Amino acid sequence: MNTASLRADLALIAAQVPADARVLDVGCGDGTLLAALRDDRGVDARGLELDAAKVSAAMARGLAVVQGDADRDLADYPDDSFDIAILSQTLQTTHRPDQVIGELLRIAPRAFVSFPNFAHWRVRLSLLWDGRMPVTRELPVSWYETPNIHHLTVRDFCGFATERGLVVDGAWYLANGQPIGTTGANWRAEQAVFALRRR
Amino acid sequence: MATAIRQLDHQHLVLPSPLRLDSGAMLDGVVVAYQAYGTLNAARDNAILLCHALTMDQYVASPHPVTGKPGWWDRVVGPGLTIDTDRYHVICANVLASCMGSTGPASIDPAAAKSYAMRLPVVTIADMVRAQMALLDALGIERLHAVVGGSMGGMQALCLAAHYPARVGRALVIASAARHSAQNIAFHEVGRQAIMADPDWQGGDYYGSGRVPTKGLAVARMAAHITYLSEAGLTEKFGRRLQDRDVKTFGFDADFQVESYLRHQGISFVDRFDANSYLYITRAMDYFDLAEPHGGRLADAFRGSPVRFGLISFDSDWLYPTTESRRIVQALHAAGAEASFVELSSPFGHDAFLLDSPELWGLIAGFIGSGR
Repeated sequence: MNTASLRADLALIAAQVPADARVLDVGCGDGTLLAALRDDRGVDARGLELDAAKVSAAMARGLAVVQGDADRDLADYPDDSFDIAILSQTLQTTHRPDQVIGELLRIAPRAFVSFPNFAHWRVRLSLLWDGRMPVTRELPVSWYETPNIHHLTVRDFCGFATERGLVVDGAWYLANGQPIGTTGANWRAEQAVFALRRR
Repeated sequence: MATAIRQLDHQHLVLPSPLRLDSGAMLDGVVVAYQAYGTLNAARDNAILLCHALTMDQYVASPHPVTGKPGWWDRVVGPGLTIDTDRYHVICANVLASCMGSTGPASIDPAAAKSYAMRLPVVTIADMVRAQMALLDALGIERLHAVVGGSMGGMQALCLAAHYPARVGRALVIASAARHSAQNIAFHEVGRQAIMADPDWQGGDYYGSGRVPTKGLAVARMAAHITYLSEAGLTEKFGRRLQDRDVKTFGFDADFQVESYLRHQGISFVDRFDANSYLYITRAMDYFDLAEPHGGRLADAFRGSPVRFGLISFDSDWLYPTTESRRIVQALHAAGAEASFVELSSPFGHDAFLLDSPELWGLIAGFIGSGR
């Protein structure tokens, strides 16, 4: 596994992680990002994942991954036990996204958060014209079985960061897996990646 | 029978110096029986210590000398298998106080020229680990690639990693706990009382009497065996089905299949296990609480540990439930140690760790091969 073949948001995040950082990937899945960070850069990267089959797959790859729930089990990690916490495509699946982000920035001084943007024009069109919950490339699962329970938009997230006094060190937007500019990001971005820091 | 067990010749080593036990007692001339598989490499860094569970022994991947049955993990340990003996040198030692060649209650006390019986000092999990470390010293193995154990073997693996962090790279703890719960102790006490209530136990001095407390030991095994299974597993396997009959007998024969099965488990156990060993080993497990010397703070047992820890539990295991593994993971996180943990799904309860499971085997192989 190398960082070049990662999903676009993960590649963006991986590029920002220094080789000597201690990293916690929350919702790490089968450990794709962890393996890339380890194999490419020798990063001490560990993970938390809810799905037992994915944890098994990650452990079988020799990764340090713990089965647990971001909403409940982040409390087990001591303050500042990591340099960077990563939450990729997981925020919208948590019960209390605000508390999860609070925990991330307690465990590590810096965090990367990526999520699908619910204000992308395809999503808006689907709601506007069909009047139905959108099923798109980024949100492929129907409303009744989607794990995404807290949809949010780029503007929601920016507002949240301001409200909570979080410093946004950087924001990146993706469409078709390619970076796009910041202009009209809340319309154009399918995914957003934010770098956060405690104030 | 116990006498037959004692007459076997096991590969063993006599420890060169006395062993100081947790109780304060010194034990001289300690014998550690063991089996080894694979070759120790020139760097002497490919050794894996396997720690066995309560009633198992060092015959991991070779036929059991009493029963003739295959080793208890012979589908896991071997050339090209999960714990690959083409790559690793695998050692498994019979625990202190057991009955397959290591010093135990059936051994001859050199001072008294007869079996220790109940005069053997009470040993602990840490004492068992001490004896195994002394074995490694004698074998010239300074540092283990990994220590692996399930159930009581997991307790030894945890204890070894906590007490000798510089001497092991990885600790894999399967279906285990960092302490014995009140429920664990309670079940063990039932077993011990069954043994001691058997008139043939004779205060433990049954060796050479021609009588052995087989009834008590069988009942102890039956009670314990229930704790190794799950209700769902028992229901699936036996339900309320009757054994070799169509109707109830209105008597106290083994009408039900589950009764017949348990009786068989009890009876076959006494052929390969010593009742006094059962008393001593269950006591050692009951005394186990890794947090106790640290004022109850388990994390302090692992503070700054360089060991990579792996924990695996099974969702239907109510003997050492997932909550116990989670408690260890929390402590490892608090201690800043590296931990992996997963709860596997299985209908087979505590025994799941011994059964064929490609998922479990994949995890074991991945974990053992991990890191530098």
